Amino acid sequence: MSVTKPSSQGLRAWLLADTPTSRRHAKLSVVYQSWLSFKGNHMAMFGLGILLFLVVIAAAAPLLAPQDPFIQDLSERLLPPGSEGYILGSDSLGRDILSRLLYGSRITLYIVTLVAIIAPIAGLFVGTVAGYAGGWADVILMRITDIFLAFPRLVLALAFVAALGAGIENAVLAISLTAWPPYARIARAETLTIRGSDYINAVRLQGAGPLRIITKHIWPLCISSLVVRVTLDMAGIILAAAGLGFLGLGAQPPSPEWGAMISEGRKFILDHWWVATMPGLAIFTVSLAFNLLGDGLRDVLDPKEGKS
Amino acid sequence: MSEILIEDLNVWFGEYEERVDAVKGASLSVSKGGSFGLVGESGSGKSTILRAIMGLAPTWDGRMEVGGEPLGPKRSRTFYRKVQMVFQDPYASLHPRHSVDQVLSETLSLHGFKDIDTRITKLLDDVGLGPSFRFRYPHQLSGGQRQRVAIARALAPEPEVLLLDEPTSALDVSVQAEILNLLTDLRDEHSLTYLMVSHDLAVVGHICSDIAVMQLGEIVETLTIDDMRAMRTQHSYTKHLLESSLLGAKLA
Repeated sequence: MSVTKPSSQGLRAWLLADTPTSRRHAKLSVVYQSWLSFKGNHMAMFGLGILLFLVVIAAAAPLLAPQDPFIQDLSERLLPPGSEGYILGSDSLGRDILSRLLYGSRITLYIVTLVAIIAPIAGLFVGTVAGYAGGWADVILMRITDIFLAFPRLVLALAFVAALGAGIENAVLAISLTAWPPYARIARAETLTIRGSDYINAVRLQGAGPLRIITKHIWPLCISSLVVRVTLDMAGIILAAAGLGFLGLGAQPPSPEWGAMISEGRKFILDHWWVATMPGLAIFTVSLAFNLLGDGLRDVLDPKEGKS
Repeated sequence: MSEILIEDLNVWFGEYEERVDAVKGASLSVSKGGSFGLVGESGSGKSTILRAIMGLAPTWDGRMEVGGEPLGPKRSRTFYRKVQMVFQDPYASLHPRHSVDQVLSETLSLHGFKDIDTRITKLLDDVGLGPSFRFRYPHQLSGGQRQRVAIARALAPEPEVLLLDEPTSALDVSVQAEILNLLTDLRDEHSLTYLMVSHDLAVVGHICSDIAVMQLGEIVETLTIDDMRAMRTQHSYTKHLLESSLLGAKLA
């Protein structure tokens, strides 16, 4: 079996080989097998497709958008969908809704990515340290977590944004601050079951310190359940961001953030339904995509199911 | 001179009303190059003695010595180079996301070895696994193969003492014999000292020269393997254990 140049048919066999020949080979083959089982889940693939589509749209927004999302034309205001030059209609200031949606996808992705990086990492860190250290460290860290969990998410985020000032960056910070406690709980629960297991005892018997055990042995096993939880929470994060935007505490006008767009459309919702509906549909689609993806990832990544 | 010396060892879990005494006043000694078996039924505290030696059971008192050095509350890295342990269940003792290569190379680097590649090949060869197993993950291995990997990991730091916690009880009978033969071969090759826990007298009889019988956390009797075979026992519980084991062998 050659490591250097596998042909396309040979590549598949190479990736599915029972006896990997190098570290890289073994890693790639694990990734490929997970991909195969993920590919079998059609709903998850559908969700992934929508999200890839969203990324492409966000990247190519300047090319795709028919108009500038900020240019106002009061003579063309509140045109219904299908009007000439305004496929999805125009809003109260005569801006093209389609263009604003396309540019708004960038803001949505920006918020979602930042929160998805900050919150789980903070939660993973707090949870694994609390779970592994035990004793007072556990008590203190978990009571702090409980305090954060005691507030309804949006209310706490509102309080943070009110204290920090409105804006996308502060919205991201506020949502992250309210989103990490569940991850800390999951990570702690996983750590508690893992830390007493024989394979952790076995590395301890090789003289490994707590830092190595947490980062190299416990984290890899916690990450899969966190990834699943993050994708399932993603819809909630988008909605929280949209909610902050709707309340005027997230992205500020004229920024085309989807929640803020709904908020603007609220005034006309009875006579001009499309102004609020179009961004609502966009939020709905992306949230649904993340939920489908999360379900599929759970099937693939959950170490408790299938092969251990 | 004895390689492992344990005198009046008590191990307990929990405090106050919840305190459970797992081992009560246990004493034993294993000579260098010898093999000692601890037998007894489940829950009699055999494995707890091994865990106490390895530092995995923090609440104990009494006296433990390995290689003439008394053991304190913490174990040093040099201790772990000298003494290693093989766990009971090979399905639980290997990290599910680490390949054989990762397991062995991490162990070797933790003990400060430099020539990791050649050592991994040598270790796999020692435990009867070819180089083709090197990059496999635990789910691609059978129970016997996993236990061989676990034994290779225990051998990696070139220990002098190996503690075996029922190394074959989770395996098929045919695989059990293979692992036992491997263990006796390795003992002769590397001049290892074994302290082995088992509830299977046949397994102990295959490997050990002396045994101690445990009941409810206490060592009730220590005898040689010849005494065991000839049923020369002092304590009624030992007799009971031997008889039920013979009966089991006849039934099977």
